[in-house]
Amino acid sequence: MIAKPETSAPLIHAQGLTKRFGSFTAVDGIDFDVAPGEAFGFLGPNGAGKTSTMRMIGTVSPVTAGELTVFGLDPNHQGAKIRARLGVVPQADTLDNELSVLENLLIYGRYFDLSWAESRRRATELLDFVQLTERSNDKVEPLSGGMKRRLVIARSLINEPSLLLLDEPTTGLDPQARHLLWDRLYRLKQKGVTLCLTTHYMDEAEQLCDRLVVMDQARIVAEGSPRQLIDRYVTREVLELRFRRAEDELDDSAHIDGKLHGLAERVEQLPDRVLVYTADGEAAAAAAYERGLRAASVLVRRATLEDVFLRLTGRSLVE
Amino acid sequence: MAVVDLPLVGRPRVIASRRSLRVLEHDLLVFRSGWTNYIVAGLSQPFLYLVAMGIGLGLYVNRNGNLPGGVPYLDYIAPALLVTQAMMAAAFESAWPIMGKIEWDKTYHAALNTPLGAMDLLAGDLMWIGFRATLLSVLFLVVIVALGAAASPLVVFAVPVAVLTALAFAAPIIAFTATQKSDQGFNALFRFGITPLFLFSGTFFPIEKLPIFLQPLAWITPLYHGVAAARSLALGQVEPVALTVHVAALAAVAVLGFAAGRATFRRRLVV
Repeated sequence: MIAKPETSAPLIHAQGLTKRFGSFTAVDGIDFDVAPGEAFGFLGPNGAGKTSTMRMIGTVSPVTAGELTVFGLDPNHQGAKIRARLGVVPQADTLDNELSVLENLLIYGRYFDLSWAESRRRATELLDFVQLTERSNDKVEPLSGGMKRRLVIARSLINEPSLLLLDEPTTGLDPQARHLLWDRLYRLKQKGVTLCLTTHYMDEAEQLCDRLVVMDQARIVAEGSPRQLIDRYVTREVLELRFRRAEDELDDSAHIDGKLHGLAERVEQLPDRVLVYTADGEAAAAAAYERGLRAASVLVRRATLEDVFLRLTGRSLVE
Repeated sequence: MAVVDLPLVGRPRVIASRRSLRVLEHDLLVFRSGWTNYIVAGLSQPFLYLVAMGIGLGLYVNRNGNLPGGVPYLDYIAPALLVTQAMMAAAFESAWPIMGKIEWDKTYHAALNTPLGAMDLLAGDLMWIGFRATLLSVLFLVVIVALGAAASPLVVFAVPVAVLTALAFAAPIIAFTATQKSDQGFNALFRFGITPLFLFSGTFFPIEKLPIFLQPLAWITPLYHGVAAARSLALGQVEPVALTVHVAALAAVAVLGFAAGRATFRRRLVV
């Protein structure tokens, strides 16, 4: 008998994946693969189709058309087998307010057919992992937003999943809570857990994702690592200029464009500021000043995925 | 053990899997933290009702002696109240708590991320409602026996009748709940459905005393059948054909309600 070779078959494979609600198309024929051990992200604004995609992968929403396999299985017909190996952190916390912190994990383990003893062993370990041990016997309601999020992550790990789906894991959290969460996700990734997440925060995508797709209006508009996307679609640096409202120069976008002409690869005029895409921000700032352009504030920064998104869609990610 | 799948598309091959027992476990875990309240309420409510209405009000009713067969009023309403309180509890449990799991806390959605399916949630929570109706009815029976309010030992079979009545209400109400976006509809359901049934299904007086045009309405309500069946058992006046009809009517409503629940749960939770 020949042993089955160690395959590098994708954990998730989608081709022409489509989700329609009546006449509304939420996901419009997207293609992507997620490899084992990778941290893969869907970046896009609200309504781009990220959550619909995640729900199809999580086998809680039927696939309308196209091809989707998770662990090589068919979500429409083998959902329970897929879900048994999946961890899910939904957008809403969906915690049980009638139960204590510990009980929330215990019963979730039972849903995965763990024995009570095994469920308790894992729950205790996971509460330690997310630093909630001392809140074990408290009800869920008084917990802070960050704590609830950590509890949801602990809950999603009770079945020791090899693939973790996270739908906007840190939306609504303060910076400190976000960093703690990112740290835990990073540790999971180190342990070999495949992460698949959606976000509309570009810093989150940059922090966590090895590779991501940018989604807009139900389609994938770009794919690559954060670095690749920045290299491909924008320049290394961005010069941000803000102008004072009262001055003549202000609304005269043609005037500003003229002054910046030839200094940059691309100029993007937003309502509140002007973005100048260039390899060397300092040099461009100096040259613009030389040409007599007087900005109220000048900032040189590295290009981010936010700039990539603006370039690809003509719109900002977070309105 | 092979995993039974409840597929997202096409007709489900099974009614629910054994995983629905996990949902019952969840409800028992919640119950565990407040079970003493259930016991205290489950004993005190029947006691208060039976003393006030059966003994207090019964004093005046019995004086006129015009209940069928000269039955004491306490004996007349005791099995009926046993059934109605199981029905009331089941109706309540099928409304607000289920709405919470679907819409407010969305704990059903969390459960659906595990191997559990929508049908498991429906079947599991109906089992819980059946369990709760059993517990309440047994406690009610204890009070009935303690007050000497049952003529026949057959009164013990009023418990399964009450549980069946509870499910005949729970199943269609759960199905209805899964179609609602808020609890607005429940007020109408209780005001125009449950409360009138409680009052006019032969609980407190024979339906023969209703205006003639309302009597057919009573026959088609499940509560009337539950009350009539439990009363015939408690009074030891069982007519086999009538009892069979009553039980069959209750079972039919429960089964139809469950079928409706399968459809509405799927429409609501699998999108």
